[in-house]
Amino acid sequence: MSDNLAEPVIRVRGLVNRFGSETVHDGLDLDVIRGEVIGIVGGSGSGKSVLLRTIVGLNRPVEGIVEVFGRDVLRMSGSQRRQIENRWGVLFQDGALFSSLTVAQNIEVPLKEYYDMPLRLMDEISAVKVGMVGLPEDAGEKYPAQLSGGMRKRAGLARALALDPEIVFLDEPTAGLDPIAAGAFDELIRDLKASLGLTVFMVTHDLDTLFAVCDRVAVLVDKKVRIGTLDQLLKDNHPWIHSYFHGPRGRVARLSQAGAVTRPETSSVAPA
Amino acid sequence: MASVAATLTQFEESGSFVVAAAGEWLVATAAELDRRLRALKVPSGKRVVLDLAGIDRLDSAGAWLLLRTEHDLTTRGNTVDIRNLRSNLAPLLEQVRAGGIVSPAPHPRPAHHTIIGFLARIGEISIEIVVRAYAILGFFGAVCETAAALLLHPRRLRMTALIVQVEQTGVNALPIVGLLSFLIGVVLAYQGADQLRRFGAEIYTVNLLGAGILRELGVLMAAIIIAGRSGSAFTAQIGTMRVNEEIDAMRTIGLDPVEVLVVPRLFGLVLTLPMLTLYANIIGLVGGSFMAWASLGVSPPQFLRQLEYSLYPWTFWIGLLKSPFFAFIIALIGCFEGFQVARSAESVGRLTTLSVVEAIFLVIVADAGFSVFFSILQI
Repeated sequence: MSDNLAEPVIRVRGLVNRFGSETVHDGLDLDVIRGEVIGIVGGSGSGKSVLLRTIVGLNRPVEGIVEVFGRDVLRMSGSQRRQIENRWGVLFQDGALFSSLTVAQNIEVPLKEYYDMPLRLMDEISAVKVGMVGLPEDAGEKYPAQLSGGMRKRAGLARALALDPEIVFLDEPTAGLDPIAAGAFDELIRDLKASLGLTVFMVTHDLDTLFAVCDRVAVLVDKKVRIGTLDQLLKDNHPWIHSYFHGPRGRVARLSQAGAVTRPETSSVAPA
Repeated sequence: MASVAATLTQFEESGSFVVAAAGEWLVATAAELDRRLRALKVPSGKRVVLDLAGIDRLDSAGAWLLLRTEHDLTTRGNTVDIRNLRSNLAPLLEQVRAGGIVSPAPHPRPAHHTIIGFLARIGEISIEIVVRAYAILGFFGAVCETAAALLLHPRRLRMTALIVQVEQTGVNALPIVGLLSFLIGVVLAYQGADQLRRFGAEIYTVNLLGAGILRELGVLMAAIIIAGRSGSAFTAQIGTMRVNEEIDAMRTIGLDPVEVLVVPRLFGLVLTLPMLTLYANIIGLVGGSFMAWASLGVSPPQFLRQLEYSLYPWTFWIGLLKSPFFAFIIALIGCFEGFQVARSAESVGRLTTLSVVEAIFLVIVADAGFSVFFSILQI
């Protein structure tokens, strides 16, 4: 899947992030290739979410270059930013849905902001997104507070997909979901990637997700990233990476993937 | 977006209707395509071919439009044939199809516009008020019970928390209460002097100031500022703890939230507000005396002498007497609304506003009650 000749859609060079005296990233380089699913892993506090926030422009780094679609996102005017912002979608950890709006209205926010279209069509498109992310049809009229955590994540993804972006950023998409819901979410991301040709930038802790959907994995260690396919990283000798992939949980995730069993079934059987 | 173009043409070919779609069927062109697809005139009972050979790019909005058209034509008794879609675009169409032909979610009903709706709203609000009053009464009872138990066992009283509350609600409020009281004194003196001068009774400005500030304005200003400053803070603090499940955590550890959170705030405020009232009274009179001196030439010693003549002994105490009751109301409402917060951040904001409005409302109602009470006692 990783075609090395393909253009990078995200290019990070020499990134330095510092909070007070704490250096989180120190000269970090990263390329994300169009059409791939890249997983970002790392220990707690290693700056996974900070990296995501930096790329989408929510955090200003101390130093470094961040280019998305070949454009420098740190040094651009507001109108240039808008042109880029409708080409990506972001799913925050708990969905970050606007609590005063229904799910359907949440999905319509970016549509309203960027396009002048009849209300009825907007309602239809938001209903299509609700269906695509696998929410029940009546979810559209509900408020975020009425949804479960997993449904909020799906609704957040529906909003992130509202404009059919080229890149979606997912911040821990399966955290806090039960194994069945997490497996379904993995499958959803895989399907959407196949049908929409999405590039997916995913911060995750979930080893199963890594094995199930990621083409390449970037590991944040020593304030930089080590990037590679899973096979490459499995052979890496760095102590953190080794214990991450070869620890008990890493082994289980690898086995279940190698057995080519779909995870929903394995996990629902396991407790018995 | 100017380069994006999508086209739609229709023609008849050997007995079947052909609709040829081409170009970029994207969310950017969806509005225009939607209009043209709706205007499409196809008689029912025909064979219709959707020829998609010309479509270069497709996203889920475009895919939806195609599927909707197919669905609409089929329900009108046509047979529909989708053909020539590029193979790389097919999965998207299938993905959208798998989501189902959906009916859009209804939007939340706007506010009631009819007379019946208006009456219904009045009824709803009335019931809400009664239910709320009942709940506040229940909370009042629970707080009184806990407070009485703590007064019997003063060791369980959390002194540190209480002192922190006195500092936050009292000491930190001194600048704002002082400034506003001073200004009220100045304004009142100026207006009083202006009116009373017409009768040559300027000196009675002092009587007006004394009675006005000591009986009413000092305590009301202090109470209203504290309702806005500390009552709201109580709701926000306790409400945030509700959202974070901190209150639940407290219960599982065996701590009583009323004892830990409410009683220190209540006692703190009941101690603080009388002191703030005294302070507001003094600063208000200083402001009034300053204005009296500046505009009437009444020197501070004269002002004090006139004040001494004009006041009944209890005038001073009436304002102070009311303040602990107001403090009780403010703390009770502030904490009560904090506990009403549901598990969403949005309700913290809503209930904080509500708590300030309710507290000020009840303080003024109570003040009116006190006026009636004192007039019956003829003091």
